[in-house]
Amino acid sequence: MDLISSLKMAGQSLLSNKLRSFLTMLGVIIGVGAVIIMVALGQGTSSGITSRLSSMGANLLTVSSAMSAGPIRGAGSSTLTMGDAEAIAELPLVKYVAPEASTNSATISAGSATWSTTIDGTVPELQTIKNWPTIQGSFFSDSDVNSLKRVAVLGQTVVTNLFPKSNPLGQTIRINGLSFTVVGVLEEKGDSAGSDQDDVIYVPITTAQQRLLGSQTVRSINVQAESTEALTPLKEYISTLLRQRHRISDSADEDFQVRDMTEILSTIEDTTKMLSFLLGGIAAVSLLVGGIGIMNIMLVSVTERTREIGIRMAIGATTRAILTQFLIEALLLCFIGGLIGVALGCGGAQLLSVWADLKMQVSPWLIAASMGFAIMIGLFFGYYPARQAANSDPIEALRFE
Amino acid sequence: MTKILIKLQDITKTYYGAGEPVHALRGISLDVMRGEMLAIMGPSGSGKSTLMNLLGCLDKPDTGRYFFASQNVMKLDRDQLARLRNLLIGFVFQNFNLLGRSTALENVCLPLVYAGVPARHRDQRGRDMLRMVGLAGREHHLPRQLSGGQQQRVAIARALVNRPGLLLADEPTGALDTRTSEEIMGLLQRLHREQGLSVVIVTHEPDIAYHCQRIIRLSDGLLVKEELVSQPRQSIQVG
Repeated sequence: MDLISSLKMAGQSLLSNKLRSFLTMLGVIIGVGAVIIMVALGQGTSSGITSRLSSMGANLLTVSSAMSAGPIRGAGSSTLTMGDAEAIAELPLVKYVAPEASTNSATISAGSATWSTTIDGTVPELQTIKNWPTIQGSFFSDSDVNSLKRVAVLGQTVVTNLFPKSNPLGQTIRINGLSFTVVGVLEEKGDSAGSDQDDVIYVPITTAQQRLLGSQTVRSINVQAESTEALTPLKEYISTLLRQRHRISDSADEDFQVRDMTEILSTIEDTTKMLSFLLGGIAAVSLLVGGIGIMNIMLVSVTERTREIGIRMAIGATTRAILTQFLIEALLLCFIGGLIGVALGCGGAQLLSVWADLKMQVSPWLIAASMGFAIMIGLFFGYYPARQAANSDPIEALRFE
Repeated sequence: MTKILIKLQDITKTYYGAGEPVHALRGISLDVMRGEMLAIMGPSGSGKSTLMNLLGCLDKPDTGRYFFASQNVMKLDRDQLARLRNLLIGFVFQNFNLLGRSTALENVCLPLVYAGVPARHRDQRGRDMLRMVGLAGREHHLPRQLSGGQQQRVAIARALVNRPGLLLADEPTGALDTRTSEEIMGLLQRLHREQGLSVVIVTHEPDIAYHCQRIIRLSDGLLVKEELVSQPRQSIQVG
């Protein structure tokens, strides 16, 4: 018996009971759709974290004041100083050091346009650490820092809002009433885990401290180590150094913290991966339940069609032909259900990423795997009913009312 | 080529159900010749259905010797029996046993599907068969859109599409009125005459049986009487 005839026969028998076929398929549709959405969510989240990891710069330690550590930027007063940053720069295994001193949200205006964001005072090394090229002009220089120049480097979001039409380079912006000259525009970096990395203005740290903050403290110090292996010893060195500089006795708590951002984010990444496995697992269970539904309906269908099986056997259908026929019906159910599920899953992922602003990543691999899974479900749960049909006794089957 | 199509010798068949074993056949010997038209008669419980199933290779006897077109049926397995049924035997049932969701043409072509005939040849063969039984133009009707007589003719077309040597008809007119029964018997006689087909009809109606050249009667699992009909009844030709 050829495949096309088998497919035709299976299609005909599924079409003859459309509602039942659809309801049976629904289990697979929902299962496959759920697998796709869940795994796409997991993969999207972890790839977001990975891209944030790489955009943060490699081998990075962040030293921040213990008091200001937390979600609110610049809350409390920091105990870190420029002197601390300079001392850290002298430590072995250190490649670059970039202190940052940032304001609370400040109002910026250029002509009639206004925007409000935080101003980040830093040094040119930050650009190297973050591996963030300028697309116009250049980052400010060490001499700009030393001479407290009022210059600013803008992120793309700021440019879009302040200079929607004109070229920002060389223009003047006013930050809390003080005028700054735009010397550089940074390349777009995009969102990272919900925060817009391009909504940023960099100014020389000295200028920020003197003119905007009125404080010599530093919010945080970015330290890039020479290698990944250097991170752990360097953490110790910085801790020891700062305890000394801040005169903290051995028993007292530190007033600063050294965080390995890469490590933190990889932990988050691991968690997300586990979460996506978990979500995928739950979705797979629903697919499995769909498979059981298929088996159930196929068994009912075999019983209902006992007479048909008998007729087919009488006119010469072999065991194999009957087995193939019912197996193909189950497979066809799963295949079509899988296709609809893939379509719904991809559509759902698209909708979620637009409406709920979730990072979704649907890979061809994921589609292939969930289709494969659906087909395996069909084979597995279709086999037993098909086997039962194929083993019917033709005489009994013909006599069946 | 031998004249004997089927040779049964000392066939027994016993069914072991819940209660007492049922000795359906208790030693039957019977030859069916090529091109013969034979009727099997007997009251219910006489074993004629069992004999029919054995002749149709739907089942195998418990003991005895059974040759079908020189093949030893006792030695065939399930799938070999299916193959034999497919190519050498055509079935016609009392209740037609057509597939309700398939058209007349699809029903007729089904044995060709199982015989492995390529799709492009099946259609024409099916149409030819339907024309032969007088149903040209009804190819795409579903069984429920056809009358009983027409359905039985579709069944006959299906039974003969693989050009088997034997047509086995189990009460072929049991569900039909007298006039339609006559038509169906006429068709069977014509096919028997024109194609040299062996026809075995199981029936309890003498009127039907006397269309055949030979009548055997069963009782209690044994062959009790054999009668040669010198002048078989002829039916009006249709189609």
